[in-house]
Amino acid sequence: MKVAITSTGNSLESKIDKRFGRCSFFVIYDTETKSVEFIPNPNKDAEEGAGPASVQLVATRKADKIVSGEFGLKIKPLLDSLKIQMIVLKEPERTVSDIIDYLNH
Amino acid sequence: MFIIFVVNKCLIKMSPRIKRNRKVLNLPLIKGFKPYGPESGSDKKEPVILLYEEYEALRLCDYDMCNHLEASAIMNISRPTYTRIYAAVRQKIAKAFVEGRQIVIEGGKVYFDSDWYHCESCGCYANNPDKEKSLGNCPLCGSLNIHEYDYDNENNLTDAEESCDNVCICPECGYEQEHLRARPCNSDICPECNTPMVRKNNNK
Repeated sequence: MKVAITSTGNSLESKIDKRFGRCSFFVIYDTETKSVEFIPNPNKDAEEGAGPASVQLVATRKADKIVSGEFGLKIKPLLDSLKIQMIVLKEPERTVSDIIDYLNH
Repeated sequence: MFIIFVVNKCLIKMSPRIKRNRKVLNLPLIKGFKPYGPESGSDKKEPVILLYEEYEALRLCDYDMCNHLEASAIMNISRPTYTRIYAAVRQKIAKAFVEGRQIVIEGGKVYFDSDWYHCESCGCYANNPDKEKSLGNCPLCGSLNIHEYDYDNENNLTDAEESCDNVCICPECGYEQEHLRARPCNSDICPECNTPMVRKNNNK
């Protein structure tokens, strides 16, 4: 199963991004192979439609869960119809490696 | 002038109760249906508009085989309202079939939702996209310390805490009495020193 995590930088020590659509990097973590992939977000500076475009990017990577600080209004119905689980973490101090540790429990 | 005022007052009083938001769990895959055959495009007929709540009512009752009571609880409306919506959708679909009209699925007073959960051990909020089974453990840390998150209840709690006390107080001598609803505090006069009362701890 793959999990997408929004990140502010391209290292495991960078903190998670509070925004989903305009985050700096997506981290795609595979829980089975334990592989980590960093994808720079092309919609970072988009004026509008960043959310749906990011959903498309994550959906093409076949992620089942998304960990982020917040999700926008347009994204929720999209993710509901794609059956992707949203996980909202309201603690911006957490790093990407923290999340990966959590996922391995 | 007075008559206009009275008529306006009556209109305000007589306005219908606001519709509840209907909860829709699954969006339709398609935006509508088109008839086919030689007669289908002969004259431009108005399409039948099916609201999202009506689609959801039909799905719950005829596809998921819920009874009306279960379906109304899922959509967060009363059972009679559900039955009315369900009657409307059957009427509309029958009309479309008989008259050969298009069906367009759009609009309605709805909100799209999935159940939200809150995990105590890692502090995350997660939704449950799979309606068939309930979330047993936290999707992030796997702990069993997870419970359903009720957005309305949490908000009401903070509202009640922020609002002022239900007590009137005299600003001069500190005499207190219970506040009567719908009666302004300053219309009460303190029996001790004859000053108008104010609300205690008014944070508004």
